[in-house]
Amino acid sequence: MAGNVKVFVPRDTTACSLGANQVAAKLQQHFSVQSLNYEVIRNGSRGLYWLEPLIEIAAADERVAFGPIGLADIDDFIAGKCWEIDKSHPKYLGPTEEIPYLKQQQRLTFARVGLSESLSIADYQNHSGFTGLKKALAMTPQDLVTEVKESGLRGRGGAAFPTGIKWQTVLDNEADQKYIVCNADEGDSGTYSDRMLMESDPYCLIEGMTIAARAVGAEKGYIYLRDEYPLAHAILEEAIETARDENFLGSNILDSGASFDIEIRLGAGAYICGEETSMLESLEGKRGEVRPKPPLPAIEGLFGKPTVINNVISLAAVPGIIAEGAASYHNYGIDRSRGTLPFQLAGNIKQAGLVEIPFGATLRDMLYEYGGGSRSGRPLKAVQVGGPLGAYLSESQWDTPLDYEAFVAIDGMLGHGGIVAFDDSVDMSEQARFSMEFCAIESCGKCTPCRIGSVRGVEVIDLIREGENSGENKELLLELCDTMVAGSLCAMGGLTPFPVRSALKHFAEDFEQG
Amino acid sequence: MSKEKEISKEEIVSGIVSEHKETSGPLLIILHEIQKALKFIPPETVPLIAEGLNLSRAEVHGVISFYHFFRSAPPGRHTIQICRAESCQAMGSRQLEQHAKQSLGIDFHQTTADEQITLEPVYCLGNCACSPAIRVGDDIHAHVGPAAFDAILADLATEKVEVQN
Ligand SMILES: Cc1cc2nc3c(=O)[nH]c(=O)nc-3n(C[C@H](O)[C@H](O)[C@H](O)COP(=O)(O)O)c2cc1C
Ligand code: SF4
Ligand code: FES
Repeated sequence: MAGNVKVFVPRDTTACSLGANQVAAKLQQHFSVQSLNYEVIRNGSRGLYWLEPLIEIAAADERVAFGPIGLADIDDFIAGKCWEIDKSHPKYLGPTEEIPYLKQQQRLTFARVGLSESLSIADYQNHSGFTGLKKALAMTPQDLVTEVKESGLRGRGGAAFPTGIKWQTVLDNEADQKYIVCNADEGDSGTYSDRMLMESDPYCLIEGMTIAARAVGAEKGYIYLRDEYPLAHAILEEAIETARDENFLGSNILDSGASFDIEIRLGAGAYICGEETSMLESLEGKRGEVRPKPPLPAIEGLFGKPTVINNVISLAAVPGIIAEGAASYHNYGIDRSRGTLPFQLAGNIKQAGLVEIPFGATLRDMLYEYGGGSRSGRPLKAVQVGGPLGAYLSESQWDTPLDYEAFVAIDGMLGHGGIVAFDDSVDMSEQARFSMEFCAIESCGKCTPCRIGSVRGVEVIDLIREGENSGENKELLLELCDTMVAGSLCAMGGLTPFPVRSALKHFAEDFEQG
Repeated sequence: MSKEKEISKEEIVSGIVSEHKETSGPLLIILHEIQKALKFIPPETVPLIAEGLNLSRAEVHGVISFYHFFRSAPPGRHTIQICRAESCQAMGSRQLEQHAKQSLGIDFHQTTADEQITLEPVYCLGNCACSPAIRVGDDIHAHVGPAAFDAILADLATEKVEVQN
């Protein structure tokens, strides 16, 4: 196929939801009917979602983009022979890497995402894939753990616990069997970085898990994947098989003597199963009820064995850290938030997409410089950061730096990096109600403050919204929140009050009747 | 349902149970496989599953009822999941939800009288960059307002098969 010009059409859930499969099929058909020397490649997404489907053309020495080219645009694209790179075409975006949204980012974990065909293991290696693993196989487990500690990497799933310290505990615990569990439950609204990484760069996750296994002495890994991600499932299954065929997984990996294999287990629509101990129960085939801690999963985890549980993005950051050294990662970021976080812009935002940048920029930069303001054109009013358990932030708080501790200081959280914007048509009492309702629906039922408190919370907010004894009921609501924070076993019941209180505090007018 | 069909259901379930019973912690895998094969988990097969795995019926039932995804009654021909989570709310999913319920004449977790459509809520499809999102089978749709929803319904009704790659 040498000499063929490559035309990239992403195979990514969101790109496909915008018609990428049909667009790719039409292009392919045209090229083959006309016997043109063009090859359609299904790459991952660059994460510039307002431009999807984003078609890229790899010409002699540059790679240029057109977008969005959806079903409504593809016929015109074909008629205009855009692959011959008509720079005057209204959808021409110039060289992809020069698009400011992308150019301004520091993509470390997402360095490869969208560059090539997700499942091509050759392309993966051409873009320095498996460099970290090869290095890791020659290092001692302790050196690997130390490297991850020194990188400053903290868990990207929400709790931001230092990854290296977790690994140390598992390494130090002797056992006949240890496990690596990848948390791919990505339940938070407004987040899709795990999905993107798995769909667009699946070998990176496999490599990260294999390095983790080497570091702590595990031979078996599980990916707990939510059922809501059928495409990620299909791609991961195929990637695991290919990695096995090429001896990056299985026994005696790359003749190192080390063995490790990965199995995917599907969730079944329970948000709480993203909580790590609930996930372990679910992996064991049980109801996803949260376990009390201690014991820590690092000591007594899956099937009672020492277990590393890490988010997809935490694990995907590891190959780069090992390949480039801890300092290369630690040099980014501020204070105790080191490295980069792949933020996800969502909700009512004009330029929604994945933005991987070092910690320290402000939320306002995100909303306006990257996001371009609201999608509806109306003023932005509230922003929820960190998923359904994260606070709603009002404009006075948007200059807060994106940093774990800075967000905790304003009763917020960065969580998994989801940023959901709302314009001024939002009714914040309705949002507060939903927070309680969601907790009631998703509570595992183990403790009363969460299970009953959330149901009560919905009722009380309804009364406030109806204007009934508003003052008293607001006090009652705050007391209920205190009870949930103090008496819940896990962060589901313990953090649900944060969005509720923040709505009440910063958007009080939405709780007044008339 | 004919008797024959009942028997084959149980055979399917037994087959799945014996295929996976040696796996560690197999119950969820088995339930997924059963639902994939039969579109739901027939309550009368719970004893079979329990027996095969040495669990009590209550334990198996407890697991089925814990997870929103597993169903104990057959769904319609198509299942439509509407995302109810925050990013989609910010782009009008509440109106979409109302519209869908009204035009189908059903609530969530219900199936239309002609057994064509089952409506389910879902909490995020990872498509939040293009909210509101819905899922039909394994296809996810972006920017779904009431008009787009009607168009998708019309496609399903005429069985227009999308160009798949
Ligand atoms: C209610 C709840 C839901 C959670 N959902 C997720 C999730 O979907 N994905 C995730 O990685 N972590 C989730 N977490 C955090 C996990 O419990 C755990 O901290 C994480 O998987 C550890 O990996 P990390 O250190 O790499 O972040 C959730 C926690 C709670 C309390
Ligand atoms: S807080 Fe809620 S979800 Fe967490 S253990 Fe208690 S009942 Fe379960
Ligand atoms: S919130 Fe609806 S797709 Fe994520």
